[in-house]
Amino acid sequence: MLSAILVMAAIGLVLGGILGWASVSYRVEEDPLVEKIDAVLPQTQCGQCGYPGCKPYAEAIAKGEAEINKCPPGGLEGIKRMAELLGVEPPAAEGMEPKPKSIAVIDENTCIGCTLCIQSCPVDAIIGAAKQMHTIIADQCTGCELCLPPCPVDCIAMVVVKEDVTTWKWRYPVHMMKRAA
Amino acid sequence: MNGSPYALLAKNSVSSVMLKVMAALIPGIIAHAWFFGPGIWVSLFLCTGFAVALEGLILLMRNVPVKPFLSDGSVLVTAWLLALSLPTLAPWWLYAVGVVLAVLVAKHFYGGLGQNPFNPAMVGYAALIVSFPVYMTQWPAPLGLADHSLTLLDAFDLVFAGQGSISPDAYTSATVLDTWKTQARLGLPAEDIRAMAMFGWAGARGQEFVAAAFAFGGLLMLAHRLITWHIPVAFLVGLALTAGLLHLLDPGRHADPLFHLLSGGAMLGAFFIATDPVTASSTPLGKLIYAGLAGFLTALIRAFGGYPDGVAFAVLIANICVPFIDAYTQPRVFGHDKAGK
Amino acid sequence: MGDRLHTFNGGIHPEGHKAESSATPIRDMALLPRYVVPLRQHIGTPARPLVQAGDKVLRGQPIGAAEGYVSTAVHAPTSGTVIAVEPRAVPHPSGLFDLAVAIESDGEDRAVDFTPLDWRNLDPSALRNRIRDLGLAGLGGAVFPSYIKLNPGAQSIHTLIVNGAECEPWITCDDRLMRERAAETLQGVAIMAHALGVKTVLVGIEDNKPEALAAMAAAAPAGVEVVAVPTRYPGGGGKQLTYTLTGVETPTGGRSTDVGIQVFNVGTAYSLYRAAMLGEPLLSRVVTVTGHVARPGNFETRIGTPLADLLTAAGGANPGAVGEIIGGPMMGFDLMDLAAPVTKAVNCLIVKDPVHFPPRPAPLPCIRCGACARSCPADLQPFEMYWFSRAKDFGKAQSYNLFDCIECGCCAYVCPSHIPLVDFFRFAKSEIWEREQEKRASDQARQRHEFKEFRLEREKQEKAEKFAKAAEKQKEAAAAGPAAAPADPEAEKKKAILQAALERAAKAKEGVTPKNTDHLPPRVEREIAEIDARREQVVGKEGGEG
Ligand code: SF4
Ligand code: SF4
Repeated sequence: MLSAILVMAAIGLVLGGILGWASVSYRVEEDPLVEKIDAVLPQTQCGQCGYPGCKPYAEAIAKGEAEINKCPPGGLEGIKRMAELLGVEPPAAEGMEPKPKSIAVIDENTCIGCTLCIQSCPVDAIIGAAKQMHTIIADQCTGCELCLPPCPVDCIAMVVVKEDVTTWKWRYPVHMMKRAA
Repeated sequence: MNGSPYALLAKNSVSSVMLKVMAALIPGIIAHAWFFGPGIWVSLFLCTGFAVALEGLILLMRNVPVKPFLSDGSVLVTAWLLALSLPTLAPWWLYAVGVVLAVLVAKHFYGGLGQNPFNPAMVGYAALIVSFPVYMTQWPAPLGLADHSLTLLDAFDLVFAGQGSISPDAYTSATVLDTWKTQARLGLPAEDIRAMAMFGWAGARGQEFVAAAFAFGGLLMLAHRLITWHIPVAFLVGLALTAGLLHLLDPGRHADPLFHLLSGGAMLGAFFIATDPVTASSTPLGKLIYAGLAGFLTALIRAFGGYPDGVAFAVLIANICVPFIDAYTQPRVFGHDKAGK
Repeated sequence: MGDRLHTFNGGIHPEGHKAESSATPIRDMALLPRYVVPLRQHIGTPARPLVQAGDKVLRGQPIGAAEGYVSTAVHAPTSGTVIAVEPRAVPHPSGLFDLAVAIESDGEDRAVDFTPLDWRNLDPSALRNRIRDLGLAGLGGAVFPSYIKLNPGAQSIHTLIVNGAECEPWITCDDRLMRERAAETLQGVAIMAHALGVKTVLVGIEDNKPEALAAMAAAAPAGVEVVAVPTRYPGGGGKQLTYTLTGVETPTGGRSTDVGIQVFNVGTAYSLYRAAMLGEPLLSRVVTVTGHVARPGNFETRIGTPLADLLTAAGGANPGAVGEIIGGPMMGFDLMDLAAPVTKAVNCLIVKDPVHFPPRPAPLPCIRCGACARSCPADLQPFEMYWFSRAKDFGKAQSYNLFDCIECGCCAYVCPSHIPLVDFFRFAKSEIWEREQEKRASDQARQRHEFKEFRLEREKQEKAEKFAKAAEKQKEAAAAGPAAAPADPEAEKKKAILQAALERAAKAKEGVTPKNTDHLPPRVEREIAEIDARREQVVGKEGGEG
């Protein structure tokens, strides 16, 4: 009995030692947590989470001040990935189905060139100068909708991005044998 | 939507694979019936019936389409392998319990066809031998050694009505593997054990030919590319090497490798049980490691364990290791260098 | 090299069905009243349209110009009038429309003047530019712009492989081409060899095409070796043919040029011959029409020919047809719309009948039998990739080398459970691509957001500094004020200078207000330039009141 206990203890010690050594010598230098969280966020910079941008929200999550289900553009998928990153259970999330990707488009005939939208765009995707018509660079627009409210003449509209041959994706194959229930 | 290929697919289906496997079992079954009497027909019949009924019931309850899954034939192979590993002439409920364990527990509890980590037939066998060791060690004696030669009717009678008019001692005996182990432990010299009537020229009397017939069926499967050579070869080599080493170390206690290859479930295991694709390793190197391990363990369990045969436990233990073996034996991909880059 | 063939792993032997279409010579098609020429016919950036509705064009006139590096030109297939430049049906698995030029022919088929290229004496880069402007792209199916592949670049190319294997069942366009136009094709090969500066030229042809092998061998000049390779699908895959002929594996994620080998399709060689010897752009290609049609065969088809018309030329579909495939039955795709035209990538139109193209049986679960892995020419473990693709665990799928899959379909062909494996791989690949795209976009958004914050900060600081300076100046002026009480002309002058500076600053500021146009990729810059141009127009129209 005693010898068995001793053997087990010895094995425990040895394995513990190996684990300890491995954790020291194989440690990976990690990005600071905020960066990692920020990398999961979609960078729409829309502020719907209640913070002035993705980075501040990431900081709040890192500090444990914010729930991880506050980002609608990230959707359920984003919550899932965030939960994975932080090793927590994904919290309940209602109404988080992401909207179809859209971008803002300025009606070039109505625009009065007030530059208000330029100031509101978090990623500088709007070009134009005072009293000149403004235009949105489609490639840069994150679809955050922040430019809609400031426009005094309501000339900005969100347009759903249509699928074309370059963005088209193969669909999930239909699996007929899936359990019906 | 359905993408390419659109070509007529290869004439290959799960059910045709399973049917071919069953066809390859037939020589062994016939040999078995020839040498050990008609009991095998009864157990095959019972296992098949129970298994099909149970599978159908489970599929219904799981709410999946019954017909395509029932006709895939996988449950038939499981039933046959179970029947072939259980002793014949055991009471009918033993087969029923075995089938429940194999089909319900080992297969469907894990998600059904293709999802089970353990070989269903072996789970059934192993659970039975742990639970009902007495029934599991009574094997029909080979032809010519039994005091009584049974007809098919007698066999049915025995299975359903219990012992009936004939005493079990008249037609059953322990297996050679068992006998060897008990006698050798008692100190009987190897030659004397060998001289016992139940031993044939290399293995158990009759069993040698059954084993050969299973091996023949296995070769048929190889020829039809149902299996690759890796698993049977590695299994048999692992078994023979280990048994040979033990034999060299202590010839008095451990039988020679040929004896091991030809007795018990070695051949059935090497060609039909270890090769079950769902539970076996699937990379070429992995197959060698997996089956070699199973053969090695079979020899060890036979030599030192308390059960009559080691194939089932060895295969189950090897099944556990499959995910690890597979993960570390991924073949080199075209265009990658040796380091996998 | 070439004396000993190498055997790649895996592969299958599907029914060939070559005889249906290979028996008759290549047929010409009558001039059609209407053609539709998509601007995206090659890998890379689509061509930029050069014409508008109403323009008159001649056969061979460029109607789309190469745009950026990976791109090539497209040309009018006949003379006539452009009726529209708009999205039209194209041969694409999605069935989506894409920008195309629709031309109504005037029936005269007048051509521009073609000037043959002096390819032996032309400077290599000039030669390549001409080839780009003639619209050449790989006709084997990948449609990579040929002029890029003819650039040996930094790597030195020692071997040119000409792919005449044509391993896909049913397709015979390369077979007929080699039988009927061997000499011309080999002249194209000679030009390729010249441009690349290679010593070894190997022409690989599967041994199920003895006539093509004989014709090519008879026409081959010294230094060009015609090799019969065993018939086994996908032996005509670029990587597989390269391995069969040379024993060299194309490194993963790379191209064969990384190991000094360049591969061209025989059809491309023939079109290069026409480009160099006749100065003719890529206006037509050979297309196989086969399957359930009245008169299967091969057709010299102008690029832009609506597939419906091509089908009519082959006698139309037989009764009982159940759809069409573009490309081969192993790697092709279902055609959604017969109005889609023949493009440079279309080598075959197969009309399906229920006997040869039955619906795929309902799939069963994977039994891990490994048949797929044994048939995989890339030595992959398809069932593992399938498992993770199905579970949408894309990282794991990728770790089983999903991107080494060439989508040949061998695995799905042999699978006893009839699992549409390749569909899962395509799905997983496009999901991964999209995610990478999203990642890039969000990285860009983050950068731009951070830059904006930085800019705002800087502007604030600048403003504060200016304010401070101005305040100081005022103080100074106040201090100096009483001393120089009499408003002398000097003070006036100073004021004027100050005023001018302020105005200049204001102007300059206006100029720099949209600071957000720094650090943009060229495409976006172009877009901005376009928008600016448009704005100028609008402003001009509105009388410059803006
Ligand atoms: S061939 Fe089909 S059933 Fe067999 S392992 Fe591959 S995917 Fe699974
Ligand atoms: S489709 Fe991909 S995984 Fe399947 S056999 Fe071809 S290369 Fe291998």
